[in-house]
Amino acid sequence: MDNPFVAGKPAIAHDNPLSRTILRKLDYDQLTNCMRCGFCLPACPTFRETGLEQESPRGRIALMKAVADGLMNPDQAFRVQMDHCLGCRACEPACPADVKYGQLIEQTRDALEDHPERGLPAAGLRKVLFQGVFPNRSRLKWIGKSLAFYQKSGLRRIVRGTGMMRLFAPHLREMEEILPDATGRGVVEQLGTLFPAKGSPLARVALFRGCIMDVLFAETNVNTVKLLSEAGFDVYIPEEQVCCGALHAHSGELEEARALARANVKAFKELDMDYIVSNAGGCGALLVEYDHLLQDESDWRENAAWFAQRVIDISQLLVDKGRELPFADEAATAAEPAVMTYQDSCHLRNVMKSGSAPRQLLKRVANAEFNEMKEADRCCGSAGTYNVMQPEMAGTLLKHKMEHVKAANAHYLLTSNPGCLLQMILGAKKHNARADMKVMHVVDFLYERISRKDE
Amino acid sequence: MLDRVLVKQLRAIVGEAYFRDDKESLVAHSYDGTPMLQALPDGVIYPESTQQISDVMKLLASRRVPVVTRGSGSNLCGGTVPVQGGVVMVMHRMNRILETDLENLTATVQPGIITSEFINHIESLGLFYPPDPSSMRISTIGGNIAECSGGLRGLKYGTTKDYVLGLEAVLANGDIIRTGGKLMKDVAGYDLTKLLVGSEGTLAIITEATLKLVPPPASKKTMLAMYRDLYGAARTVSAIIESKIIPATLEIMDNPTIRVVDAYAKLGLPLDMEAVLLIEQDGDPEKVERDMERIREVCERERADRIEIASSREEAEKLLTARRSAFTALARLRPTTILEDATVPRSKIADMVLRINEIAKKYNISIATFGHAGDGNLHPTATTDARDHDEISRVERAFEDIFAAAIELGGTITGEHGVGMVKAPFLEWKIGAPGMELMKGIKQAFDPHHLLNPGKLFAKETRKRVVIDHG
Repeated sequence: MDNPFVAGKPAIAHDNPLSRTILRKLDYDQLTNCMRCGFCLPACPTFRETGLEQESPRGRIALMKAVADGLMNPDQAFRVQMDHCLGCRACEPACPADVKYGQLIEQTRDALEDHPERGLPAAGLRKVLFQGVFPNRSRLKWIGKSLAFYQKSGLRRIVRGTGMMRLFAPHLREMEEILPDATGRGVVEQLGTLFPAKGSPLARVALFRGCIMDVLFAETNVNTVKLLSEAGFDVYIPEEQVCCGALHAHSGELEEARALARANVKAFKELDMDYIVSNAGGCGALLVEYDHLLQDESDWRENAAWFAQRVIDISQLLVDKGRELPFADEAATAAEPAVMTYQDSCHLRNVMKSGSAPRQLLKRVANAEFNEMKEADRCCGSAGTYNVMQPEMAGTLLKHKMEHVKAANAHYLLTSNPGCLLQMILGAKKHNARADMKVMHVVDFLYERISRKDE
Repeated sequence: MLDRVLVKQLRAIVGEAYFRDDKESLVAHSYDGTPMLQALPDGVIYPESTQQISDVMKLLASRRVPVVTRGSGSNLCGGTVPVQGGVVMVMHRMNRILETDLENLTATVQPGIITSEFINHIESLGLFYPPDPSSMRISTIGGNIAECSGGLRGLKYGTTKDYVLGLEAVLANGDIIRTGGKLMKDVAGYDLTKLLVGSEGTLAIITEATLKLVPPPASKKTMLAMYRDLYGAARTVSAIIESKIIPATLEIMDNPTIRVVDAYAKLGLPLDMEAVLLIEQDGDPEKVERDMERIREVCERERADRIEIASSREEAEKLLTARRSAFTALARLRPTTILEDATVPRSKIADMVLRINEIAKKYNISIATFGHAGDGNLHPTATTDARDHDEISRVERAFEDIFAAAIELGGTITGEHGVGMVKAPFLEWKIGAPGMELMKGIKQAFDPHHLLNPGKLFAKETRKRVVIDHG
């Protein structure tokens, strides 16, 4: 391997066009930074499940480097291996050398997207969702309304009754069954674009409402706004905002992700806000990295950095800056005693580094006991669209997750991201969690503890 | 390439899924934790029992195919790079604790168990297994035994070799041997147990180990002492031992390390210090108190500039951060990090650190040194870039000088990482030509066809000494 290096990259003219793209798109400095110590291995869910080096971050980086160095061709197995990564980024905090694994896997997937495999049905489905639906607010709303119609009109019953769902793969069937009631009325339709603080305002914040959040979990968005207001924040909800682009970025569609990022930066920059609040770890993690995503675009770099610096998860903002909320008031609480446990959102923990904030809030809740479950920091298998694309591994991870959930014996299973929330609802149903256990977003739980008191 | 017949036979032994020769598997087993070394194997096998390993070895021996056994591949000497191809044997499936015997205070384990998982289990039983290599969260007990891993507790508690009582192993021809046992005394013939510990996978494949457990210490105290004078720190190390105190931990960081650690962890360390000592004592609370007081007196006598003693576990954690961040802080400086483990008698620590600093200057490279001062085991760590061929060649020459200096001071080329490929060219410097002949004879007796981890320990030729040997 005595290739000469030009600008830090080996000067190799690959015959294979995909190898060329991979070498061009990969940050070779990051590849070199991996010193193969292996400290990431125990942090990686797919390594833990399989025990295979090639299913570990160190293994995947070695494969990327081997392709870039011309040691191997990026064959179908390589593609499968790259798709198998959850992108949970639990390997990053474990890495002594601070290798940006998340960037490497996204660059690799970006290169793979440039050379698509023909005839994969999953890729087609993804394209419809990513390019046709998530970025398009009116289509999303339409889907929300149609889904609501489907669920409420009795059509769902008819469809299930006819056995039509059997045409879908089992994991999609399971998903359909647990989808919460969708709505075409998002947070703006319900609350307007400005919701003032209770009492004197501490700061002006903007809500990042998300795409899926606002269709499937509009109520969580509403509760987020109300909690922020209770804690002393004026809440603005810029209407021009779009999908964060995280699902695109993780799947290698970096160009679409950048387009969405530019639209969001523009929408929020116009309102001069103190904070941009996210209630979804998966979205927030990309939002805080908009500066990196747009680093090569001189027109956007500065504003992207402005944006990224202001992004914060609601739990972190409440802990750091918010007024004390009444759920912590022992004397006033009317809520019944409860045991809570918490499933980390990987991206909230590993990328936004706010894993302790939700726990701090939950530990303050009066008349409730926080019971940390085993391996709460381990990915649940949801991982964006992973549970749709990689049902087998996602199913195994979920099975183990639910064993720990059961052992925690909680009344409330709480989390901080819509994908994790859906996966936990699915897990609770599929693996028979205790019947009275509720699966909720932390925000909804906290808001419930406040509103009960008001009654 | 292995022929299809052999592959079929191997799959028949371990099961279809547990032999792989796809390109991804080969690439993923072409390296270990050592920088700049890579070689592709021809296949990867994941056995689940001693019998399977025995069957595999009978087959591979008859076909003269080399075998490299490995756990997590975290070693730093090129010990598990399949430099002559062949089959890499991964021990991860054999990861059970077979027995913990509370009457004899022993544990019997399979080699693939992760060291820290084993330690956690043992501690949950109220017992103690002291060897604690820094890689223990990933390394396996089998790997620790193969490399005779050390760690921070080596000074007081010894290293892996002091805790292995018995082994089961498969020989190159497939025969299964058992050595030692749950015995504190056993002189029945040569001590094959000790011979296999640290044999780097070149003599036999370890398939089971019986380990010694000890009662845990009741309490622990932590102190940090900083020195403007490197010799003051070094004299402190010797003086503590002279006053008949063996601390549980006695670690040193030199000035380049202090600067890097402070820049990384923002600990507010004084940057003009030439050395920091991290000292811990454990045992009965009264004795720990008494020892720490005497250690403090020694530090003051040797003119420590600043002494901090932790009064709580949280404070202790803070003091430990400095030492614990050393590797991480260094690893982030430059793309490539080369961590060595030259070792000298502890009375020579200051001389060695100064020699290392001079050598770094001579070759115009960055080396920071930290390590286990109490047992003389230092980690001179070069931060460099594998893509800069000129700088890498200077780093290599610098390490040659460092090994030579260690030997000149009565030390060794490796204290705990092993010889592997990286230090094979220097082994003769330490053990001499007759020593080499004898070791080769031992290898021949165990593995006449050189199938077990070939290309390790014994280099094709010994590097010429660049420094005149005064010893």
